[in-house]
Amino acid sequence: MFSVGLIAVLVSLVLAMVRAIMGPSMFDRVLAANSTATLAVLSLSLLGFVTGRPDFLDIAILYTLLNLVGTIAVLKYFHPGES
Amino acid sequence: MAIFIDILSWASIIIGGVFCIIGMIGLMRLPDLFTRLHGSSVTDTLGAGFLIFGMALQSGLSLTTAKLIIIFGLILLTSPVATHALAQAALHAGIKPKLTVDKTGGHIAGED
Amino acid sequence: MLYFISSVVVFFMFWLVLSGHYTLMLLAIGAVASILVVGLATRMAVIDREGHPIYLLYRAVWYWPWLFWEIVKSGISVSKIILSPTLPISPTLINLKATQKSVVGVVVYANSITLTPGTVSVEVEDNEITVHAITTLGAMDLEEGKMDRMVTKFEGGIGT
Repeated sequence: MFSVGLIAVLVSLVLAMVRAIMGPSMFDRVLAANSTATLAVLSLSLLGFVTGRPDFLDIAILYTLLNLVGTIAVLKYFHPGES
Repeated sequence: MAIFIDILSWASIIIGGVFCIIGMIGLMRLPDLFTRLHGSSVTDTLGAGFLIFGMALQSGLSLTTAKLIIIFGLILLTSPVATHALAQAALHAGIKPKLTVDKTGGHIAGED
Repeated sequence: MLYFISSVVVFFMFWLVLSGHYTLMLLAIGAVASILVVGLATRMAVIDREGHPIYLLYRAVWYWPWLFWEIVKSGISVSKIILSPTLPISPTLINLKATQKSVVGVVVYANSITLTPGTVSVEVEDNEITVHAITTLGAMDLEEGKMDRMVTKFEGGIGT
């Protein structure tokens, strides 16, 4: 059952990647990267269940936190002087 | 009882996967940046919520469930912050949203 | 002091969940580490009424289920919009007044708006929030002020 969820998440990951490549503006790419990170967290947890190793969940927690830091860092870089 | 939990968890994981795909279809189909934010928001809340609920049902009352709840809470806390920062930065960078109705009269909060 | 102790408790619970081994030595290391982290954060002056609003916890018991239900309802309506072939969107920008007294209340309101699919808070300044909604109907719902009243009740009117 987890592999069904994993396939769905991977399909949506492909769609997010297409948007990241197509995206007309830089912000579209950042948005796609943000969604990609959320989907990566979900696929990591599902992969942990598929292979029967729940250790992957620790990596998923870490990746959730890195996602926010990465998005804010990119936005700060392209838009300095604003909070 | 076990079969009941299995069915519930199957349904939850399938609904979660469908919502993930719907959100990303929205990311592809919607016409401009500000509307695409709404599509990504569906994936962040409903897709992640249903998938994690299904996984939590399968693992029962254990440390794994606690970790899944922490992941869900972190996603719920960080996703609006990232979305708001993105929308604000895009607006300040001069990207105008395509609007059919503008109720602000050209006045954005924080501008004089 | 209340905020110091509650932060230590929260960090120690996070340690317990992440570690999974409950020997005396690991528990002691966890306690020392959480006290050290909270001590550092206290020196940075982020552990206070605003940075760690633990007093909101008991009211969250009824606010969060209501917010989840709102998320599910508007998520389904946004999904219908995305899947319908004609794509019936009517993007709307609107200014809202937040009636919350404290900064925490306004932040909770803005984050609740963003978390609900279909509405995104674009800009927040003092008590004014600019919101982008995917349909005019969603903007009307927000303007009616149900969520504003719920957040004001959640905040409880005690503000700084």
